[in-house]
Amino acid sequence: MSVRPEGASRSRDNSVILNVQGMRVVVRTDTGEGPVLVDDVSLQLRRGEVIGLIGESGAGKSTIGLASMGYTRRDCHIVGGSIVFGDTDLRSISADQRRALRGPKIAYIAQSAAASFNPAHTLMEQVCEASERHGVLTSAEARAAAVQLFRELDLPSPETIGSRYPHQVSGGQLQRVMAAMAMVAKPDILIFDEPTTALDVTTQVECLASFRKLIREHGTAALYITHDLAVVAQIADRIMVLKRGKMVEFGDSRQILQQPQEEYTRRLVSERVAGHSFAPGIAAGEAPILAIHHVSASYPGKPRVIDDVSLEVRKHDTVAVVGESGSGKSTLARVVTGLLPREAGDVRFDGVSLPPRLKDRVKDQLRRVQMIYQMPDVALNPQHTLLETIGRPVSFYFNRSHDEVRARVIELLRQMDLPETFITRKTSELSGGQKQRVSIARALAAEPELIICDEVTSALDQLVGEEILRLLKRLQDELGVAYLFITHDLGTVKRIANKVVVMLKGKVVASGDTASVFAPHFHPYTELLLSSVPEMRPDWLDEVLARRATGGATTAALLRAP
Amino acid sequence: MRILGYKVSVTAQIGIAVVIMNVVVALFAPLMAPFDQATPVGDAWADPSADHWLGLDNVGRDILSRLIYGARMSIGLSLVITALSFLIGAIAGFAAAVAGGWMDQAMSRFVDLLLSMPTLIFAFVILSVLGSALPVLIITIAILDSTKVFRLARSVAINIVSLEFVEAARLRGEGWWWIVTREVLPNAIPPLTAEFGLRFCFTFLFIAALSFLGLGVQPPDADWGSMVKDYRDMINFGSAAPLYPAAAIAILTIGVNFVVDWMLSIHSRGQGEGA
Repeated sequence: MSVRPEGASRSRDNSVILNVQGMRVVVRTDTGEGPVLVDDVSLQLRRGEVIGLIGESGAGKSTIGLASMGYTRRDCHIVGGSIVFGDTDLRSISADQRRALRGPKIAYIAQSAAASFNPAHTLMEQVCEASERHGVLTSAEARAAAVQLFRELDLPSPETIGSRYPHQVSGGQLQRVMAAMAMVAKPDILIFDEPTTALDVTTQVECLASFRKLIREHGTAALYITHDLAVVAQIADRIMVLKRGKMVEFGDSRQILQQPQEEYTRRLVSERVAGHSFAPGIAAGEAPILAIHHVSASYPGKPRVIDDVSLEVRKHDTVAVVGESGSGKSTLARVVTGLLPREAGDVRFDGVSLPPRLKDRVKDQLRRVQMIYQMPDVALNPQHTLLETIGRPVSFYFNRSHDEVRARVIELLRQMDLPETFITRKTSELSGGQKQRVSIARALAAEPELIICDEVTSALDQLVGEEILRLLKRLQDELGVAYLFITHDLGTVKRIANKVVVMLKGKVVASGDTASVFAPHFHPYTELLLSSVPEMRPDWLDEVLARRATGGATTAALLRAP
Repeated sequence: MRILGYKVSVTAQIGIAVVIMNVVVALFAPLMAPFDQATPVGDAWADPSADHWLGLDNVGRDILSRLIYGARMSIGLSLVITALSFLIGAIAGFAAAVAGGWMDQAMSRFVDLLLSMPTLIFAFVILSVLGSALPVLIITIAILDSTKVFRLARSVAINIVSLEFVEAARLRGEGWWWIVTREVLPNAIPPLTAEFGLRFCFTFLFIAALSFLGLGVQPPDADWGSMVKDYRDMINFGSAAPLYPAAAIAILTIGVNFVVDWMLSIHSRGQGEGA
């Protein structure tokens, strides 16, 4: 076990900079007192220290992050405890005084940089704006500091990148520019709120490395909020595990990862460590259900999004299509379903060529391919009840009577481990995991032979996502349905897929059985993807960076290669 | 005060009271009005008295009775016209959003064409040529109004159509009627309800304006706009007669707007709440 390198310039002053005691945040609206978001949370952040806040959605981690700046979202109120910054209690000073601290003293880095930048102004204007507005720095000082930070954050051409507009840089670069914006005024505390969650794995590694370097060199204290234990392990000194607004466990990063005390933490850790077993391959020889031959497609007036893609799916198969955003994996699904007509090649279902356009396909062809979406919130009509949602494919495809539809819906609910009484509920009343189960039930109601799963777990919490994967696996064992599994999460792929297709910029770069694609001599891009998946060891990031420094691949380098 | 679990602000309470009062008056006009709206019952411009609280008008009819019958005509007419314009506009707007492509383009450009003409002048031409019979009045204004409903319904529906549950319905093979009525409509109700209130006010004012200009509701039927027109000269002689119908128009319009503001505030914060 290696000792973590300490930054040379790391501040030796390790006095407590933020002291939160018994923080309590509740929702209070016109209609009365709502749920308690944060209940009796205490932490002490020292100068130069990074505390990771981890938990699933609804754990209150973002609320704690914001409340540490004395800020709450609409209708939320800090009702208890003290939040002492330096020697100022943020709850006892005026709103104007608090506002003066935010930015120069405590800075916030949000999840979606794209939504946080104004597209009409250059990056430099926005990076410098706050510190100039607060009168902390002059314009020239701010600009000089910004260029220096761009350099430290490994942004390309740090001297000139500031004159670009937000849409002219990539997502990962924008996220780092946002970190620069937060750092310009040299705040005492940085609050990172899921800063890498929206990024691809390969980009995430680069951002993580930059953030860590920044924090260490400046000796800034930080709260790092994320749902991904492996990510927080790379950056935090201590980790606080949260569940439903309550602290579950708080301790040194290594202790949390290696000797978790609480059952909940143990589950979080074990879900990531487990699951390196490959799904059993099914004997080949059977004719494929879905055969995609040399398919190309593009959106009107745009360059090709997928180019000469071929793959086959057999009964009982789970074929994973992996790649980063922009690799064309979702477009492939649109071509299979007919939402985007293919331009070349052939898509055969059970030996019969499917018409390229959705409206030329007959009802039975539509029935046999179903789809499950990434965001269950928008994949289900919020105004429909479960009976309507799940029952519609039954009555639509099989023309059943009302009673038969109802019986079938109840049977499907039982299969999904959902209570029968849910049948009259509206889909909007369910939780994310329950909604995803309803999506699966709706797909199964059509009795399909192939289900296209488009990032079905990525919008869900880790443990909920695991349950959905287990459910899909069980249904496959019972029904023999095949899955085309579109995902960017290689951890998922290893666990459930027996075949993998790796896509890069619209082309297939590797394909075959999961075991062979993910075994050495893999394609350099597969290696890059695999090595970018964070592992639950605090030393993982150092190892990856060390390997890459000695000549590993990057996406950019691979794209340049012929 | 609360309605359906939502707190009702003071202005909304006033608005609701005004709307309820007007609706009751409109529904029970024949029972409430002390005299007939069309029959002279005394001298022209008689002063208010115990029998005639607001006095008599230019031909000796009871102003209070005309005001009460006028509520019936003005409100009833506006409601019918607004409902009709929503039926036409919302279905066309949803269909355009769901169909997309050239259908959407053709419908939208046709609506732009109608919108490019000033509404009042357009109504003038039609009503002058075809006469001011009630059905003509209703259909003309409803069609003119439906263009604005079309624009709103289309923009609301375009946001809904881009959601994946609509894509799921398409993949299932559903036809456009199902998508419009079952997938889009239930999710478009809140913004459209608020718009209904506002459009009701505009229609109401538009009819008043047409009546004031002599092209709306024809005598001897009472309606607030034409009452203002008929009585307007008397303001020079110190009579308050034109102020009563004018005030009635103002109060109802403001009342409806209060209610609409309240509904919009529920809609903007109540996403996903309640139900």
